[in-house]
This record gives sequence, structure tokens and C-alpha cells, in this order.
Amino acid sequence: MTTFVILEGVISLFLIAGGAFAFIGSLGMTHLRDFYMRLHGPTKATTMGIGCTLIASMLYFGVIDSQPVVQEMLITLFLFITAPVSAHLLAKSGLHKKLPHVDKTRGRPPELRSEEIGEKPVPHPAQGHEHLTHENKPLHR
Amino acid sequence: MITPRSWLPIPLLSLLLLVVWLLMVRSLAVGHLLLGSVLAVIIPLFTYRFWDVQPRVKKPGLLLRFILRVLGDIIVANFQVAWLIINPWQRSSPHFVEYPLMLEERFTITLLANTISLTPGTVSANLRLDGKTLLIHALNVEDEDALIAEIQDRYERPLKEIYEC
Repeated sequence: MTTFVILEGVISLFLIAGGAFAFIGSLGMTHLRDFYMRLHGPTKATTMGIGCTLIASMLYFGVIDSQPVVQEMLITLFLFITAPVSAHLLAKSGLHKKLPHVDKTRGRPPELRSEEIGEKPVPHPAQGHEHLTHENKPLHR
Repeated sequence: MITPRSWLPIPLLSLLLLVVWLLMVRSLAVGHLLLGSVLAVIIPLFTYRFWDVQPRVKKPGLLLRFILRVLGDIIVANFQVAWLIINPWQRSSPHFVEYPLMLEERFTITLLANTISLTPGTVSANLRLDGKTLLIHALNVEDEDALIAEIQDRYERPLKEIYEC
């Protein structure tokens, strides 16, 4: 009986930690100052929040209900596959729209300088520049 | 790109889809087997154009160690980013870092970019057109060169050893 009590305590701990991390990640959305910084909250803190919640779920259903816990594993897998990809795409589109960043940001990427980037669509890395510039007209804004 | 050979362009993906489907519905009933098989045939047919040929894993042991290290780093990353967000006296100095890539194959570059996004304070923002540099946005960086050296040591070199040479 005591093991169950301890286990429930551990599960509650994980649930609370998960909630706290998810909350902090969302807080980052309001707290951080520019688009690129806000990107960090959802990709990291939220991963941890969901991870803790899933661990709690695995413990509960695995030990107390003694069911197999494959679904939580799958959710974790999907999360690890999708989170960085979506963050990368968001960052890419942010660069493409040349969203402003806070002044203390160091480093001046050419993607954000207006004079070097035309209005050409970005070609696939494997195909290089020439392939698209001759065939496709630049996109109109 | 994978050339369409037959109605099962990527057999491994089809098998994976079927297994994942059965795990998701948690049953082995005939109906689910059928539905899963249909999905396992249809989805690769629609998506094989996006798939690249994967390089062979040359050192599986190293890959396992790499995954464990990344998992550990993800936990550390979470605490760091959470602390940066809630710390009221924060002096974060965001930074755009240009990272010179050693890796050459697109699959390994993808893996590296994803790893960078998941680990401490960095999001990979843009892969340059020439495929030689990666633009990284870092949340709090004092020394650009130290960050580059760390990524090279911890992630890029193991990946290169695992897949490329």
C-alpha cells in the first residue's frame, strides 16, 4: 500500500512539473521581446512539459493499471520529430518576412539585410541559384 | 530522391506505418489490420517524392550514445530556457550565429539542424542555399566561437562519424 502512495506522489510531482514547464514555456511567449526569442519557449520548455506529463501517464497506466504504455512513447516520438521542424519553418518564414529583432541581438545575417535579398523565391538547396532564376519570375508582393 | 519502383516505394516506411497504426489503436482486429495496410500503401505512394535515400548507420553504438547525450541535453536545455524566461533580472543576449557545416549529406544536416533546435538555447533558423552554413538563433550567448566549437564537438563530429566516414 505504501508503494502506491509513494508512486502517486511521484506521479503528482511529474504532473506538477509538467504543468509548470508548459506554463513557463507559454509565459515566454509574452515575456520575451522579439519573434526569434519567442520561438525558444515553445520548442524547449513545452517539450519538457509534455514529456513530464507523459512520464506521469506512463507511470500511472503502466504500474497502477498495468497496461502497456506504447502510446505515450509514440507521442514522445512525434513530438521530437515535429517540434524542431516547425520551429525551423517558423524561423525561416520569420527571416523571409524580415521580422524585426531586438537591438541588442548580435550578428547581422544577410537574410535580414534588404539589399542583398531580392524578391526571388528561395530555391531548393540541391538545385542552387540558376535553376529558378531563369525560369521563375520573382514573386510579387 | 527515391525512384518509384513499385506500389511499395519505401517498404520500411510502410512497415513502420502499419506497426505505428496498430500500436495507436491498440488492437489486432482484422479491420484495423486492413485499414493499417491500406494506409501503409497509400501514404508512401503520396510521399515518396519527399524522401531521401538514408545513409547507412556505420556505428550503431555511437548512435545510441549520441541519442542519450541529446536526451540529457534536452533536459538541461529546458531548465536553462525556463530559467531565462522566469528570471526577472535576466540579461539575455540573443545572437545570430553563422555555423559552418562540416557535414555534406542532406540527411545528416537535417539531423544536426533538428538536434540544434532541441538543445540549449539555440534554434536553427535557415540552411543557406549553398548548403555550407547554417544560421542559428541563440537565446543567450556570450561567446560565438565557444558555441560553434561546442556544437562541433558534441553533435557534428559524432554525426559525421556515425554516418559519413
